[in-house]
Amino acid sequence: MSARILIVAEHDGSKLNPATAKCVSCAGALAGAEITVVVCALEAAAVAAQAARLAGVSRVLTVENPANAHPLAAVLAPQLAALAGGFTHVLGPSTTFGKDLMARLAGLLEAPQVSDIMAIESPTRFRRPIYAGNAILSVEASGAAVVVGTVRIASFETAPSGGTATIEKAAVNVALPTHTRFVSVSAARTDRPDLQTAARVVSGGRALGSAEGFKILFSLADKLGAAVGASRAAVDAGYAPNEMQVGQTGKIIAPELYVAIGISGAIQHLTGIKDARTIVAINKDGEAPIFEVADLGLVGDLFQIVPEIERLIG
Amino acid sequence: MKRILVGIKRVVDFNVRIRVKPDGSGVITDGVKMSINPFDEIALEEALRIKERGRADEVIVATVGPADTQQQLRTALAMGADRALHVQADGVVEPLVVARALLKLIEREQPFLVILGKQAIDDDNGQTGQVLAALWGRPQATYASKLELGEGSARVTREVDAGLETLDVDLPAVITTDLRLNEPRYVKLPDIMKAKKKPLDTLTLAALGVEQRQQLKLVRFETPAQRQKGIRVKDAAELVAALKQRGLL
Repeated sequence: MSARILIVAEHDGSKLNPATAKCVSCAGALAGAEITVVVCALEAAAVAAQAARLAGVSRVLTVENPANAHPLAAVLAPQLAALAGGFTHVLGPSTTFGKDLMARLAGLLEAPQVSDIMAIESPTRFRRPIYAGNAILSVEASGAAVVVGTVRIASFETAPSGGTATIEKAAVNVALPTHTRFVSVSAARTDRPDLQTAARVVSGGRALGSAEGFKILFSLADKLGAAVGASRAAVDAGYAPNEMQVGQTGKIIAPELYVAIGISGAIQHLTGIKDARTIVAINKDGEAPIFEVADLGLVGDLFQIVPEIERLIG
Repeated sequence: MKRILVGIKRVVDFNVRIRVKPDGSGVITDGVKMSINPFDEIALEEALRIKERGRADEVIVATVGPADTQQQLRTALAMGADRALHVQADGVVEPLVVARALLKLIEREQPFLVILGKQAIDDDNGQTGQVLAALWGRPQATYASKLELGEGSARVTREVDAGLETLDVDLPAVITTDLRLNEPRYVKLPDIMKAKKKPLDTLTLAALGVEQRQQLKLVRFETPAQRQKGIRVKDAAELVAALKQRGLL
């Protein structure tokens, strides 16, 4: 039997998150897989149209409900559980949205969940990182009626556009809980690229010394058209907000170019960047572990080097 | 009696360099330092602070794991938990099994709050809290960086990809902790002595009526591909030249 895969779209109400296109690539690795994307929203049309254009998607289901205005796992999971019948897999991105939601869905379905899928080798065989990426585990989910999974988005390319999936409204009649209520989200909207999917990322560590110190990073990032990240140490110290954290418990990223500035390279940080195509490290300590993984390393004072790089690239 | 239940897991200490066994059957844990999962320590710290503010009467710490896990339960008691529940289980215990066992403990103890770490740093699954909340039919607030208790509800600030999200959840609820919720206290020597006298009950999965089913077979452990060590450049000009040569600028 070929795989019938349901992918849960992540979106902000108007735009499909790029993580969804990576889930489509993951599902597409199974030959003959039939891929359906489900969009739960207040108004789903705009997001559904974007999902329908992803190559490999055959059908988009929309579930419109005022309760879906904000993505609450406790509210979305029962709706997805009602739709899951007949699917062999239900996948979502390994983002905070997907990690929060998919495990609740797995609980409702009492199904096994494979977290952080980095490769899908057969309908029942998956590879995933464990121990902060210091080991890779192959798991076999034989005998399960349905497998729930979160997709490690750094492991997959974005599915190209060119698809022409049909869009259908799905009727879901389940009681939704009111015990969980959205209050607010403090999204710092910037003009910079999204950290999780940016081609270039400039990241700073504790050596930046202050939130003020981070300004030289933002300046360089803007020159490069890069997103800005931070180490846990820098976030803990209050130099950068939590959404900038890169690493095992922050964001796992795979940019073309990663520039680590004043980051020593704790193993938990390296986990978040090991799929970057090229890693550049700038640090005053030549013994810092970041140099073990850097393609290009430069030992010196970042406060001199960073402005000089900016000047040199014009 | 207002109770908080905290779930903890025994894991390889976060400072240990992980090595995969040559036969691919697992990672080397013999003679390796074991600790309470760091996120679970944060969960316990939060529960203790709530009790110290007079908003709870008792903090119960629970785990599902092998006999050795009692060391971590004793550490939790030394940190300040009032009593410990050890559900003994050897081998692979999947999140669904842990959640079912915790649900049985919830039915017995009737906590108004259950706090767990957001993920264990060994298997990095990050599922147990959400699975438990689903089975229990109660709210979940994952990745918490701030927890404020109201009357019958809690306001939780969550670290999400976009920034900080705030939710209101009715109690009882399941909270999972992120790194910046608090900084766990250090255990003092007299507390270690006192902890030896605190109650630690041992149960089994069978006695709770939970089957230790394994839905995911662990087929093979491998060492990930290592990145090649790169080159050093001497200054900014050389770095920019190298990036241009590689087509990155």
